[in-house]
Formats: sequence, C-alpha cells, structure tokens
Amino acid sequence: MKIRVLLVDDEEEFVQALAERLSLRDYDATTSLSGEEAVSKLRKYNFDVVILDVRMPGMDGTEVLSEIKKIKPLTEVIMLTGHATVESAIEGMRHGAYDYLMKPCKTEELVSKINKAYEKKAEHEERIRDAKVKEIISSPQAALRKD
Amino acid sequence: MSCKQSVVGQSGLQFFGKMTASISHELRNVFAVLNENAGLMEDLLLMSEKGTPMDPERLKSLARSMGKQIQRGDGIVDNMNRFAHEVDQPIRPVDLKETIGFWVALSARLADMRGVKIDPVGGEKIIITTNPFFLENLLWCVVDFAMGTVGKEKTVTVTSERGETGIRIRFSGLENLEQTGTDEFPSEKEQVLLESLKADLSFNSDSEEIVITLPEKIHAV
Repeated sequence: MKIRVLLVDDEEEFVQALAERLSLRDYDATTSLSGEEAVSKLRKYNFDVVILDVRMPGMDGTEVLSEIKKIKPLTEVIMLTGHATVESAIEGMRHGAYDYLMKPCKTEELVSKINKAYEKKAEHEERIRDAKVKEIISSPQAALRKD
Repeated sequence: MSCKQSVVGQSGLQFFGKMTASISHELRNVFAVLNENAGLMEDLLLMSEKGTPMDPERLKSLARSMGKQIQRGDGIVDNMNRFAHEVDQPIRPVDLKETIGFWVALSARLADMRGVKIDPVGGEKIIITTNPFFLENLLWCVVDFAMGTVGKEKTVTVTSERGETGIRIRFSGLENLEQTGTDEFPSEKEQVLLESLKADLSFNSDSEEIVITLPEKIHAV
C-alpha cells in the first residue's frame, strides 16, 4: 500500500508541485491549503504522515498539530518552517510532531523523513495489534465482552 | 537621547524588524515554490530520459509558474529596497495614496496571518510633507490594534482624504471598536509617533472608525 501523505500549506503552487513530485515517487499525496481544510480531511480520511506548515493564515500549524493528535493520534506530523518559526517547530515536537524541516527543503531529506515517520507509525500500529492479539489469547471472553 | 527619541527609535526598530521578518518569510515561500517547480522539472526530464513520454505543455506551464514566482520575488525585493531607503531623507513630500498603497503591500501578509484584509480605498492625490517612516510605523500600530476590532467582513478599509482640520486617514469597518475598548490605545509608542508627525488620533464608535488627522506639512526639528 502507498504511504498516504497530507501536505498542508497556504502556498498553492508549493503544495501542488510537491504533491506531484511525491506522487511520482509512489506516495499517495493529498493537499490542503489551510489548517481548517486539513482538519476536515483528517476527520474523513486516514493519512500516515502530515507535512504541516507552521505559519498559515487562520488556524496555524501548532493548532492543527494539536487537533491531529486528538483526532488521529497515530498519524505522524512533520512541521515545515522558516528560520523565524524554528522555535514553534521545536515546540511542535514537544507536542507530538515527529520532526521538522526548513523551507525550501531537499527532496531526499523530505522523503527520508516521511519514510521514517511512516515506519514509526507502522511499528506503533503493529504493537497495538500485538497487544490486542495477546489480550484475546489470554482472555478470549474478556475480549468478546469489550466488542 | 531624550525619552521621546528613545521610544521612537525603539518603536521604529521593532516596526522595521517586523516588516523585514515578514518580507523574508514571503521570499522564503517564493524560493520554496521555485525549488519544487525546478525539482519537478528535473523529475520529468529524468523520467523522459528513461523513456516515459513527456508533455511539452507541462514543461511550459512549469516555466510560466517559475517566471511568475520570479516576478513575485522581484516585487518583494523592490518593496524591501524602498522600505530600507525610507529613512534616507526623514522629512520629504510624499504622495499619501501611493504611500498607503506601499504600506498595505508591506503589511498584507501580516494581516493575512490574522485573517484580515487591509483595503486601501483610492481617493484624490494628496501630497503631504511628512516623515514617511514614522507615518508607516503609525499606520501599522493603528491597523495592528484595528485588526482586533474588525467585524464579520474581516476587512479594515483605509481611506485618505482632505478634511476641515487637515488630511485624514480613516480606518473603517471596526464593528467591535466599542466592545474592545480604547483604554490601552494609543499607548506611549503611538502618542510619541503622533506627536512627531504633529498628528491627532480620534475614535468614532458610531461610524466604527479610527481617524488620524495629519498636517499638510511638518518641518524638520
């Protein structure tokens, strides 16, 4: 299955070109031009990794990150930043972002971070599945009662 | 250095820093778009070398987009250059409508980040002799406050016109001016700027606007 990436930035041409480049590299890339639109898409669909600009009109990156962690806690977030907002990106990492990247970013670096973020999410999901399996094996009736 | 000079100096530096930070952020966005478009062009060329047919229209569209971004960057650098030279001759005749237009172009992104549009309404051509840097600083201070008082339209309309007591710059569309309260505005910073420009500031809750009144001419101290 392709890695599902949501790109969130108010610079339309930037997200369009980046989405096309990621699609050429076999990622399933979707774009959002605002924090509000991103949150709405995250409620409806599942994404593995979100690339999120820190500074956007309306809902900014930090607010979007906080919503993502409420709606889809396992979705990994990479913050996109300029020099002036590095502190916000680091603060974002304290609040659950996987990593950050400075704009303009090198494609290899972005792709590498997306892959690592995806691996982290996949491992986390795997651990959750293992824990569920163990729970069912140790107490099938308890697991049935929960369902 | 007098207390007044110190306040004006500090306020001016803060204003200069805020605007240049915003300009650098905008330029970074231009570079980010160019970087992705150039990268995409490279990707398509590499694929073409490996035998994937390439649509020439796609390359043309990318080249057009890059040209547009270069023009955008050029406009930003022009504004930055003009802003840097604004203090060369502190007091000089300026076209008020044109100065407001320039200041709006400088401030648009900062306003946009707060979800507000600054809309300069074209009036007659008015030439005043003033300190353009102090004036732009004052306009920013006023609009920074005014953005917290806008209504549903989320727009601050800026109009320049001749009034009975001088040249007026009106900031309208401030539906929540009365509720916001004006106890802390204008602060010492704005008071000193007003004094330096020999200007007055007044509130009109009925017409939901803030008005700055400027003289046609001020003299260098």
